[in-house]
Amino acid sequence: MLEIKDLHAGIDGNEILKGINLTVNKGEIHAIMGPNGSGKSTLAKVLAGHPAYQVTKGEVLYEGKDLLALAPDERARSGIFMAFQYPIEVPGVSNAQFLRLAYNEKRKHLGEEELDPLEFKDLLKERAKVVEMDASFMTRSVNDGFSGGEKKRNEILQMAVLEPKLAVLDETDSGLDIDALRIVAGGVNQLHNANNAVILVTHYQRLLDYIVPQFVHVLANGRIAKEGGKELALELEQKGYDWLKAAPDSNGAGAGVN
Amino acid sequence: MVIELQKENLYQEAFQALQKSRGVESSWLDRLRENAMERFAELGFPSVKEEEWKYTNVAAIARTNFQPASPSAGATQLDAELKQLGSVPEARSSQLVFVDGILRNDLSSLGALSQQVVAIDLDQALADERYSEIVRAHLARQADYVVNGFTALNTAFINRGAFVYIPKGVLVAAPIHLMFIAQSENTANFPRVLIVAEENSSATIVENYVSVEEARYLTSPVVEVVLAEGARLEHYKVQRESVEAFHVATTAVGLGRNSSYDTTTITFGAKLSRHDIVVNMDHEGAECWVDGLYLVTGDQHADTHSVIDHRQPNCTSHQLYKGILDGKSRAVFNGKVFVRHNAQKTDAMQTNKNLLLSNEARVDTKPQLEILADDVKCAHGAAVGQIDEEELFYLETRGLHPDLGRNLLTYGFAEEVIAKIKLDSIRNELDEAVLHRLNAKLEV
Repeated sequence: MLEIKDLHAGIDGNEILKGINLTVNKGEIHAIMGPNGSGKSTLAKVLAGHPAYQVTKGEVLYEGKDLLALAPDERARSGIFMAFQYPIEVPGVSNAQFLRLAYNEKRKHLGEEELDPLEFKDLLKERAKVVEMDASFMTRSVNDGFSGGEKKRNEILQMAVLEPKLAVLDETDSGLDIDALRIVAGGVNQLHNANNAVILVTHYQRLLDYIVPQFVHVLANGRIAKEGGKELALELEQKGYDWLKAAPDSNGAGAGVN
Repeated sequence: MVIELQKENLYQEAFQALQKSRGVESSWLDRLRENAMERFAELGFPSVKEEEWKYTNVAAIARTNFQPASPSAGATQLDAELKQLGSVPEARSSQLVFVDGILRNDLSSLGALSQQVVAIDLDQALADERYSEIVRAHLARQADYVVNGFTALNTAFINRGAFVYIPKGVLVAAPIHLMFIAQSENTANFPRVLIVAEENSSATIVENYVSVEEARYLTSPVVEVVLAEGARLEHYKVQRESVEAFHVATTAVGLGRNSSYDTTTITFGAKLSRHDIVVNMDHEGAECWVDGLYLVTGDQHADTHSVIDHRQPNCTSHQLYKGILDGKSRAVFNGKVFVRHNAQKTDAMQTNKNLLLSNEARVDTKPQLEILADDVKCAHGAAVGQIDEEELFYLETRGLHPDLGRNLLTYGFAEEVIAKIKLDSIRNELDEAVLHRLNAKLEV
């Protein structure tokens, strides 16, 4: 589904990703971990197409096509979703309005009929159960005045409505108390299936107690420093990230020599 | 400052004709009009050399031979369809219709209003001993024609305007819709409205300006509002004049003790518009909301000058004006809040926020707070910004095309003002109008 090959990218001329290689297949859950500044969030933003980041080398194939050639909205309509670490507030636009607009843009892209407000209301009511949100959230402005936990749940609600093929969750666990974490993780687990994939970007192992990845990749200094199964996350939890900085590059010979 | 005085002869001629047509012995109103016309002859139209008109050049109005509309002038073309122009379903049977600034009883319908509520021609009110003294006591008392040439001209042409009277304790459920239809090219229209709300009464007024086609004309209304003790008024003004037209308006309001005045002005239309709104808080305990939204594009120019004058203690004022500017449009916001010496315990809040959608649009904003009392709570602020790129990116990551994303953010920006409108039909229509302006097809 997703193939990242020797990806180099940065912001304002500073290279942050220095040769990332990663393959994600349908049905998989990958965790991208690493210390602050390692490039985790940059990778998420590059995949979503944030205009401030420039890709200087490498390629990203999504369903065999050049993802980097697509604008952010085109990526979204073709099935890529990024849950923001800091979801943006959109005052004056209700959650229901916004979600229906986004949902219908996707439907149009797929050549399907748009849903009218009443039809959409039913769908939204159904999907909102995934993150245990009640109807009052739908009439409120998008993220406006939401608590940190509510914002993150709202991100997962958007995911539930848009049903992406590839979801990139950027620090979705940050700032969540244990109850909110359980709800958010439960939502992601309900939405994950054999036909989609999830990339979890996280600093802490905690989230992975709830959403269990098959693959864990640890970033350090813009490269994947270590890869393994879910047990790698536990190892990180015990040892921290410091020991990685001295560890040899596990991401192929090419990545190390730039 | 007088610009091209010779053109004002047209106004003089029309004025003489109007005075003659009235024919009867000189009344106080005739004298008022004469004084106002004399004052206009002295003042002329304002010039950009005057501080209050620095950013708004009305030379084009002075240069054009606008013909003051008269009651007889071609006002027979109206049909039901025309009345749909600015229709407010909630006010189907509580509306006064003006054509080219002149009240048309034949097109107005007042069935939904109780017998106690008065909504009639000013002339009719003057001829009725129940109302003539009320009119005399209040007309031209709020809107000062001594300093403003447009107000002077409007006052000189007071003729078949409207008098709305809400007696003591009467709560009017149906909104009273004042619909101003500009029909004739090259006319100068001077609608005049006096609204008097007596003690503990309550009403909603919608002031609505529309045009039949994209004609060039001048509408220069003066609306005076007087609220007695404990009266409550919601007042909406929606200005959707032709984009070739000029709209220069004054709203002047006097607030009684513990009265409440909540007004929202929506400005979409006119090539050049200027709205002076003055709220005088002459009695303790009054509260007002003076809000607005201007949404302009192309080469439109929209100027708001507001004065909120706290003259007595314990009054509260809230002001939120938002502007959305596209194309080469230009807007001016000048908001003065005065807190006089004895206006202790004043609570005044003023905000002006502008969203520029184009690099060529320009806004001049000047919130001014002048505080002479020492125990007050006052704040003001102004902001000019563009679409936030992070917000736009967020919407794009949800599959919205950048154009749609910008429209949605712009719509959201406008909503803060539109959402407070309590009349469903007006609010929904404004939503539509904003989206239409933005060329967006978001259903709301």
